Amino acid sequence: MSIKKIKLPFEDGIIETLKAGDRLLLTGTVFTARDAAHKRMFDTLEHGKTLPINVEGQVIYYVGPTPAMPGKVIGSAGPTTSGRMDKYTPRLLDLGLKGMIGKGYRSEAVIQSIIKNKAVYLGAIGGSAALLSKTIKSVEVVAYEDLGTEAIRKMEIVDFPVIVINDSDGNDLYKQGNEFTNKT
Amino acid sequence: MRKISYQIIVDKVSELCINANYELGQDVVNAFKEAVKIERSEIGRDVLNQLIANAEIAASERVPMCQDTGVAVFIVEVGQDIHIEGGTLNDAINEGVKKGYLEGYLRNSIVSHPLERKNTGDNTPAIIHIEFVPGNQLKIMMTAKGGGAENMSRMKMLKPSDGIEGVKDFIIETVRNAGPNACPPLVVGVGIGGNFEYCSYLAKKALFREVGKRSKPPEISALEVELLEEMNQLGIGPQGYGGSTTALDVKIEIAACHIAALPVAVNLNCHASRHKEAVL
Repeated sequence: MSIKKIKLPFEDGIIETLKAGDRLLLTGTVFTARDAAHKRMFDTLEHGKTLPINVEGQVIYYVGPTPAMPGKVIGSAGPTTSGRMDKYTPRLLDLGLKGMIGKGYRSEAVIQSIIKNKAVYLGAIGGSAALLSKTIKSVEVVAYEDLGTEAIRKMEIVDFPVIVINDSDGNDLYKQGNEFTNKT
Repeated sequence: MRKISYQIIVDKVSELCINANYELGQDVVNAFKEAVKIERSEIGRDVLNQLIANAEIAASERVPMCQDTGVAVFIVEVGQDIHIEGGTLNDAINEGVKKGYLEGYLRNSIVSHPLERKNTGDNTPAIIHIEFVPGNQLKIMMTAKGGGAENMSRMKMLKPSDGIEGVKDFIIETVRNAGPNACPPLVVGVGIGGNFEYCSYLAKKALFREVGKRSKPPEISALEVELLEEMNQLGIGPQGYGGSTTALDVKIEIAACHIAALPVAVNLNCHASRHKEAVL
């Protein structure tokens, strides 16, 4: 199975070529946010205010890393379960967010929003945080520092491995996976 | 009456927290290696190989294998002929957790209030279960329990007439519903019997048993094997990407229950089934 190298933020026209099941190595910038940061961003938008980061064209990685040990840029940093962000995601996609990295099912509303906004949902391997950390080259807290591990961080990654779960055509890797069942 | 000092418990708990997060047990690593040999999906084998590599990196570099370093859950067997000097057992465990999570650069994942949700900043309080046993030893068993799999766990009060089929259906349905969210391949802890709260405790306690070690009652041991086979035919596979390794093991604990009741609890553990124990 071939592995595509992809730059982030996505270059024009790339997202449409990504299909559920494709394996990718991502290089470039991602922003981290999980439960608390999403809630705060959502509340900010509800109050008609501006987000502390511009999500347009960007990718959010759902992660709350462990603290960096001395001499390291970050601790262990694998994906958390994406479904908890479902409530907030369509709003961010409507603002131009182009991708999310996490693990687990998305709601139908998120899947439809991914199709509508020509975005993509990518899976990283949950529980392989020590390995994934090696692809993270720099980290900077850019918002909500008081949230600690849940703060928004800007990360530079090199060859970060993911698989396409929900593509912009509506294909879903989790449904394709069912070919391995012996039951109907 | 044997005396055990508060500080010895603090230091031992701290060490257990760190080691549980850095060193995945050989039982789980061996289960990964066996699974790679029989996994039918290419992506599935790839995921399992990455998990083996990840466990090796974490152990050799002394870093957490997963960023979710969990709720610190303890089952402590307290010999009734010991006395703890210098403080209470609960305080010693919580101080040990605080020390271990700080010194081990582990993530603080506990909020003090379930609705207000402010992080306590030191991963306490721990969840502590105490069982009194004969003797003069203190056995401390610790798990770092991740949130993703815990969120997909379920408990149900079945009717006795639902019988074994009802029990099996509930367990399988829980694994099916969890799909990729609980980070398969899973280790599945099951409690059958007891009452509402004790049944859930049994499911958690089952997870403390080594992967591959069967339950003692032969009919329960056979049920574990049967359920494991059935789970691995669901097609969920490693990380839910499809495949024949949905679970690494199923472990069941049973207890007596009321004539009206058939409680069943399913406590899912992700593949990061992190347990350490020590005897003082």
